[in-house]
Amino acid sequence: MCGICGCGQTDNTTKLKPVLRQNQHLLKHGHSHHGHAHAHAHHETERLVKVEQDLLSKNNAYAEQNRAYFQQHHIFTLNLVSSPGAGKTTLLVETIKVLKDRFPIAVIEGDQQTEHDADRIRAAGVPALQINTGRACHLDAHGIGHAIMDLGVRDHSLLAIENVGNLVCPSSFDLGEAHKVVVLSVTEGDDKPIKYPDMFHAADLMLINKTDLLPYVDFDVERCIQYARQVNPDIHIIKLSTTKGDNFSEWTDWLIKRVKPV
Amino acid sequence: MHELSLLENVREILENHAVQQSFSRVSQVTLEIGKLSCVEPNALRFGFDVVMKGSLAENAELTISEINGLGVCRQCQRQVEMESLYDPCIYCGSPFVKVIQGAEMRIKDLIVI
Repeated sequence: MCGICGCGQTDNTTKLKPVLRQNQHLLKHGHSHHGHAHAHAHHETERLVKVEQDLLSKNNAYAEQNRAYFQQHHIFTLNLVSSPGAGKTTLLVETIKVLKDRFPIAVIEGDQQTEHDADRIRAAGVPALQINTGRACHLDAHGIGHAIMDLGVRDHSLLAIENVGNLVCPSSFDLGEAHKVVVLSVTEGDDKPIKYPDMFHAADLMLINKTDLLPYVDFDVERCIQYARQVNPDIHIIKLSTTKGDNFSEWTDWLIKRVKPV
Repeated sequence: MHELSLLENVREILENHAVQQSFSRVSQVTLEIGKLSCVEPNALRFGFDVVMKGSLAENAELTISEINGLGVCRQCQRQVEMESLYDPCIYCGSPFVKVIQGAEMRIKDLIVI
């Protein structure tokens, strides 16, 4: 049994055993309701059970627990999302270089495999924890709850969660963050916001990254912004180049305004 | 993969309700899925039998009722039907329409034994 959230195999399986046994018993007796008419006497009655429960209710409950923890400890948490290769890790490394002496920073890295990204963050001088999602395509709020305890995130700090590179699934899973930040690089195409609208709808901030490459690619920044606003009228947008530093301070200023000092 | 995680949640919710409401088998599951949610009903249908195998909802029938997308135009304040998250207002053409319905993904009800 897990001390943080009460999760654990023993809990669920013991609760379910009687149900599964009954089910297996019925199946053994060939009591299927499919593919044949019931000619025999039937002592079971079907009934309707109202559920009205969100498919993500469990994740959302963990997300609310995380959010309450972050608020209580003044941890400003961001959920960084993008397609693979948009520059999330480089963005974090450069952000850490600029801000690590101003307030504590910690990073949770999500990837299907490898410890590479967490290694890069640690090399930049802040604690990082890598979650390997295996076959899963997104991080969930339960895993984040464990990660914040394992990582020991400090009060009055910035916590960046770098999600799995994927513009689809992570949009549905609230992790308890203050904001989702979507990173879109100019090498990807300016119509990404309407090709993958769910993510741009869920994000509060869009970073248009790698702007130093604009002369070499066919990317219309204004069209991209227009598409993003069509999907999400309230989205805030910052254009920057992480590697060349162009307009990088607009992003770091945005963070400085939001991380609560001690 | 995303739909499979959601179906695993469905199975878990059914199992919890089975304990709370004393039933041993589910013969029908009705989901309500908004047209503007990021879930593909066909992918849910595809994965349903696989995920429910060995559970109390093995062989259950899956019914999906779709909820239409609705938004309110930021400019003219009128209510508009939406097929996608980026549909402009059909009255004034403004691209700024705020979604008010259609993002739902929930289990509505079950038929149980």
